[in-house]
Amino acid sequence: MKGELKDLKLVVNGKPYELKVKPKALLVDVLRKDLKLTGTKRGCLESTCGVCSVIVDGMAVRSCSILALQVNGREVTTIEGLSEGGKLHPIQEAFVNHGAIECGFCIPGRVMVAKALLDENPNPTREEVRLAMQGVLCADSGYVKQIEAVEIAAEKMRGGEGR
Amino acid sequence: MTARKKKEVSKPTVLLREEEYSIIGKPIPRVDARAKVTGEAKYAADIEVADMLWGAIKRSPYPHARILNIDTSKAERLPGVKAVITGKDFGGFKWGWSRETRDEEPLAVSKVRYLYEGVAAVAAIDEDIAEEACELIEVEYEPLAGVFDPFEAMKEGAPLVHEDRPGNICVEYHWNFGDVEKAFSESYLVREDTFQTPRMAKGYLEPPAVVAYWTDSSHLTVIPAKGSPYFPYRILANCFNLPLSNVRIIQPFIGADFGGTKNDMVACDFAAPMLARKAGKPVKIVYTMFDELTTCLRRHPMWITIKTGVTKDGIIKAIQTKVISDGGAYTRMSPLSNFLTGICMTLPYHLPNFKTDVYCYFTNNPSSAAMRGHGIYHTRFAGDVQLDMIAEELGIDPVEIRLRNAIKNPKPGEIYETINKLTLATCGIEECIEKAAEAINWKENKARQRVKGNKAYGIGFGCGTYLSGTKLSGHNACAALVRICEDGSVNYITGATDVGQGSDTVTCALVAEVLGIGLEDIDIKRVDTVHTPVDPGTYGSRVTVLAGEAAINAALDAKRQLLEVAAREFGVKPEDMDIKNKKAFVKSNPEMSIPWQRLVRMACYTTPGMVIIGRGQSSRGITTYGLADFTTGIGNIGTNYSFTAHAQEVEVDIETGVVRCTDNSVIAHDCGFPLNPPAVDTQVVGGAYHPGVGAALYCEFKMDKGLTLNPNLVDYKLPRAYEAPMTRVIHVITKDPFGPFGAKEASEGSTCTAPPAVINAIHDATGVWIKELPAKPEKVYWALKEKMEREKK
Repeated sequence: MKGELKDLKLVVNGKPYELKVKPKALLVDVLRKDLKLTGTKRGCLESTCGVCSVIVDGMAVRSCSILALQVNGREVTTIEGLSEGGKLHPIQEAFVNHGAIECGFCIPGRVMVAKALLDENPNPTREEVRLAMQGVLCADSGYVKQIEAVEIAAEKMRGGEGR
Repeated sequence: MTARKKKEVSKPTVLLREEEYSIIGKPIPRVDARAKVTGEAKYAADIEVADMLWGAIKRSPYPHARILNIDTSKAERLPGVKAVITGKDFGGFKWGWSRETRDEEPLAVSKVRYLYEGVAAVAAIDEDIAEEACELIEVEYEPLAGVFDPFEAMKEGAPLVHEDRPGNICVEYHWNFGDVEKAFSESYLVREDTFQTPRMAKGYLEPPAVVAYWTDSSHLTVIPAKGSPYFPYRILANCFNLPLSNVRIIQPFIGADFGGTKNDMVACDFAAPMLARKAGKPVKIVYTMFDELTTCLRRHPMWITIKTGVTKDGIIKAIQTKVISDGGAYTRMSPLSNFLTGICMTLPYHLPNFKTDVYCYFTNNPSSAAMRGHGIYHTRFAGDVQLDMIAEELGIDPVEIRLRNAIKNPKPGEIYETINKLTLATCGIEECIEKAAEAINWKENKARQRVKGNKAYGIGFGCGTYLSGTKLSGHNACAALVRICEDGSVNYITGATDVGQGSDTVTCALVAEVLGIGLEDIDIKRVDTVHTPVDPGTYGSRVTVLAGEAAINAALDAKRQLLEVAAREFGVKPEDMDIKNKKAFVKSNPEMSIPWQRLVRMACYTTPGMVIIGRGQSSRGITTYGLADFTTGIGNIGTNYSFTAHAQEVEVDIETGVVRCTDNSVIAHDCGFPLNPPAVDTQVVGGAYHPGVGAALYCEFKMDKGLTLNPNLVDYKLPRAYEAPMTRVIHVITKDPFGPFGAKEASEGSTCTAPPAVINAIHDATGVWIKELPAKPEKVYWALKEKMEREKK
């Protein structure tokens, strides 16, 4: 699996980067090791747990199951890119205020999946929220408050207070 | 109830009346939520230190084999490799759960006892090189015949997992209370059934990870994903022959725990410090989920034979259990897990006669250990399903039979004592049963139509209990410091670890409540063993109850010091003053007051000035009613006990056997007093109920001669958002005098209720009993088919 380093150009959280990466490097590892964005968690590395989810050009993607070179020229948003100037995104705010967080390990991935959902569908039904949340496992806080938090955030974002 | 004894409770200190609480009992935002939701929170795998190397573990391809030779020379020559170690580098060091059970080496030296056990480790400049170097390590093995379940292990002449442990017996217990034989002979109905609980993963999503470095040759620093950081503190001091003062364990955020792996050690926790010493550089090792699911600690598979005798009215007269469990390759926590299968059998139903025989065997499977609902989960499942079977035979309603046997809540000042001398000052099980039954409309639901097309519906009940503030041994103390900074801000310094359960928030809230200031004024300092007071760890639902007591006492001590200063100012006695809403005031004349910040400044700056540090200990875990005796099964294992009643509806597809838990579900839970109600909800739902649904319907490691066949989170299914029911939680308030502000544990007891409730609901829907967890579709399908054929005849 050895190989020459390849050029990778991408935009992460609005900031352009030019990197040299191994062809086999996963997006999750480039984010975490090269860009030091450790908010994106490394869970199962086989696309089963979803904690590594990030947004690539508006779509929620499991960053453990995509090569970094596959996002060449694309725009990636991670959990670090969500709050602006210290102000939490409405989804983040809802997760905090609604008590939807326990150990927190799945939360960055879950919040990114929720953002992709709400950007695409600002008024999802409970079933749609549940389906979107399906891709990210949670070990301890349970899905009840998380699903409710996404609904609370959706309502707030529809009210124009979100972005 | 004749065996019910009454004892006087020592009068607990009443700190505040409930209507005076300004923080606790209300929804408290978690102190760590912001760091977690922004990605700022650092977990062990997120830690990076300068000049850091990456480590990897070389693992055995045999479940049972003698190691004849290990040749590391090729690996050492690979460019980029900085250190290679084998088990021999640890100089014969062995470790274990207690002094008597030190049977495990950091890396196996002469024999491997389970598949993928670690035999060597490498540190290199990157992960790829470390893994490649592992491939280059040549190990010569002599494969041995193995034993892969306790029934093979117990056979005469079976291969021995440990040569010095005849019969492969890991641990056994034999306890006898009252006279079960006499009680059975006097019973109207005696039933005996065998149930099975499977081998389970803990289900956390953060695999083990560790960073280790030496600041000089005699000072070790380790940052591990450990929910009980004082375990590695002691074990690594022993391993590296260091005084405890020189071992620095820094606790990062922990991606959930659930007992076992994250309070115990795994190979990387030893290998990283040894590699770091050899390489002279920091070393980081991060396990993959495959490592986690193939080598880390699992819930014990257990076979529980339970014999129960009841009167015609369904009153339980005696229970006898025989438990056989698979402990895996090493002793680990098996003595405790197996002890716990018996100790709480006398809860939550009144039990006058009880006998148990428990046998745990070594096998060539990965080791078993604690998992949420530790030990109690297995026997409570058996007991609560069998109670429904008995109710059916006697024609008694399942809720009614539970109410008839439920231990009544002792009156204030009285104590209920079980036959094995567990003591309860509070027991809300009766109220839990009543509230859960009412909320789910038990009677109406039982009466309505059960089959719609190919779907059958049923509801089931399950009850559970768990100890809080576990009392394992004499050294169960913990402490806290509350440091008042000169500007009025406060550091709460604790040795306790929050693995997600919310104890950081609750203990900060206790400190703020006692000091009469805001939660935002408290900054928690998490475990760093060179600065924080020693603490046993996060297990046995002990943190809120015991570390909470320490936090309260530390805050009281700091408050006392401040009130002495304030009292001097007003010419009154310190006890005449109090602090509330950030103001110290004279109780008889609240107009006479000083704002918090001014009081602190006065105390710190007025010549000669003070440094205000409050110190608090927890002693309740040790002093209240003594400790449990492992040999006899007598005595208190908990400081107090939680109770849960759970009503659950299921939908069974009678063509395919697929079972789904519907949202029609209620959990009534007695945690004494919910200090942070939403956190109790997430504990009871996410930390207990959803994993309980997983245990009932999905979770099971499939094994073939020591090989885990489903080591990934698809084939090993965990409940996902789509199948996790949206349950309702009802808080039953009992205010236990032995818990901080009346609190008891939340979640270990309620994880024990979902499996019996679901299995009982499946029976209610279809008439079949599933005695072996989980109730996977094929099991339900064959049971339904068998029932149909039986009915045809």
